[in-house]
Amino acid sequence: MEGTRELSLNLKSKIKSLKSPAAGVRLRRALLWLSLVLVVSTLVALWVGYQRLDFAALQTDERARLIFFGLRLPRVLMAGVVGASLGLVGAALQAMFRNPLAEPLTLGVSGGGALGASVAIAFGAGARVAGLPVVFVAAFAGACLSVVVVYRLARTGATVLPGALLLAGVVVNTVAAAGVVVIQYFADYSRALQILRWTIGSLDVVGFDLIWRMLVFLVPGWVVLLLLARDLHLLAVDEETAQSLGVNVRRSERLVYVASSLIVGVTVAVGGTIGFVGLIVPHAVRLLFGEDVRVVMPCSFVLGAAFLMLADAVARTALGAGELPVGAITALAGGPVFLWLLRRQQRYAAL
Amino acid sequence: MSDDALIEGRGLRFAYADGSPEVVRGAGVRVVRGRLSALVGANGSGKSTIIRLLAGLLKPSAGEVLLGGVPLARVPARERARRVAYVPQGVSTVFPFTALEVVLTGRSPYTTRLRFETARDLDAARAALAAVDATHLEARPVTELSGGERQLVALARALAQEPECLLLDEPSAALDLKHRAGLIRHLRRLRDSQGMTALVVTHDLTLLDPDFDCVYAVRLGEVAAEGPPSEVLRDDVLAEVYGDEHVRARRAFGRTFVWSEV
Repeated sequence: MEGTRELSLNLKSKIKSLKSPAAGVRLRRALLWLSLVLVVSTLVALWVGYQRLDFAALQTDERARLIFFGLRLPRVLMAGVVGASLGLVGAALQAMFRNPLAEPLTLGVSGGGALGASVAIAFGAGARVAGLPVVFVAAFAGACLSVVVVYRLARTGATVLPGALLLAGVVVNTVAAAGVVVIQYFADYSRALQILRWTIGSLDVVGFDLIWRMLVFLVPGWVVLLLLARDLHLLAVDEETAQSLGVNVRRSERLVYVASSLIVGVTVAVGGTIGFVGLIVPHAVRLLFGEDVRVVMPCSFVLGAAFLMLADAVARTALGAGELPVGAITALAGGPVFLWLLRRQQRYAAL
Repeated sequence: MSDDALIEGRGLRFAYADGSPEVVRGAGVRVVRGRLSALVGANGSGKSTIIRLLAGLLKPSAGEVLLGGVPLARVPARERARRVAYVPQGVSTVFPFTALEVVLTGRSPYTTRLRFETARDLDAARAALAAVDATHLEARPVTELSGGERQLVALARALAQEPECLLLDEPSAALDLKHRAGLIRHLRRLRDSQGMTALVVTHDLTLLDPDFDCVYAVRLGEVAAEGPPSEVLRDDVLAEVYGDEHVRARRAFGRTFVWSEV
């Protein structure tokens, strides 16, 4: 008993030290802790699966090596890349809209991206324009369009109506989902099947090729968002104040839309809609390390990677031989968190 | 006292959208260095728009704003933020930032995009909180503060910018008697000890005399009267400004009391 109490006291003072007033110190400490979490998550995700990792076999068996380096490792990496992306975008969108319930799914960005991607698949996704996979470009365009629609609807003058924002996001998602279904019915059989497989959402990947191609789009998006962390921090406190402190509000907002749409579009085009990662992850980071957006964004990036690797590990193993869509796992975990936040944020319940 | 305008708006005109009626129609305001000035007028008279124009948050459709004689449009936003601090009507955030975190945002004109605040910035933020007697709020989440406490935090944030001039939009609107007086005391002290310049939008006419040096009375987007409180706070002037002949201004106990007969 004594031992556990001591442990909890110890933990409490640890957590308190994580909330040190100097944001720079807090970020460094937080990233240190989170990289540990990331390493452990990566090892766990690599370890578990339909077949447990077997070091002996890995050294002797050619097939085991092929499975590990050609399938398992790329998949874990893909989960990390997608999770980091969604965590970062969620943190950025929440700050920009001053709404803790904002994330790619609730704002309709994922829906728009999914519609764009399915249009591309229906018309033959293999094609490339100027070396870029059409499906990425289409998903990016769809995501952009939905961000603009949702934002225009919710903004009046200098304020963004929080209720209108989420409602518009939900409606855009619903319309986009209907669009995907319609396209599926009109597309020829094999492509319809392709769309269906893709809408379920999976991080299945063979080799590293696709991951490198994604990174060409994702890295610039990540860099833009992280460079805007300070502007977003000021915007999260108050928009007019941010402007008076020298933030070019319109320009920062535009950059955040474009970067977020790019990131979400590409992840949706590859992995389908994976909801609520951008909601749960930044929220967990805030509880642990405080509200400073300059801390929350990089931390959500790292924790997002760890979270989706673990969620995907669950998806791969829960059914034994079969596999659950990872989007179902994140939605099952994230839906209740969303509702809990909604309840806490009574003002949103009243719209 | 010198008559050197720190911020000057000349012939300002502004409409919020093309085709919508102008809310500011040729207003001229001089915020004189080292003086406490007030901007008063009826609801919808354009006071808040004028102070936003002076803060550089809006661009006038005609006329210009000068900061220390230089057109504000040519002053980089970062430099402007070091010289002029603006406090909007009621700062609301949904995220539970601590008061210190909010005050520290006032240091952003002195840090760069990729740098966090230094120990010097932290000291400046704490000094700003102390200047408004709000040190005890430092670690409290702003979402849990009362309206008056939030106003103090917003004022401290503005002071952390170490500005030459404060532009405050209805700072006393959410405050009770005691906190209103406290706010005026803080402003008076800042003026007397540091030579701080301030322009305050307010509906509290009774707070003006004798603590304010200068009053601009706005009517329909124009400055209808200006001068020391004793000249502006008069029955005939106020009747014109507010379009209400029931307004009364009387001196007693060394102050001028203003009310409208019911």
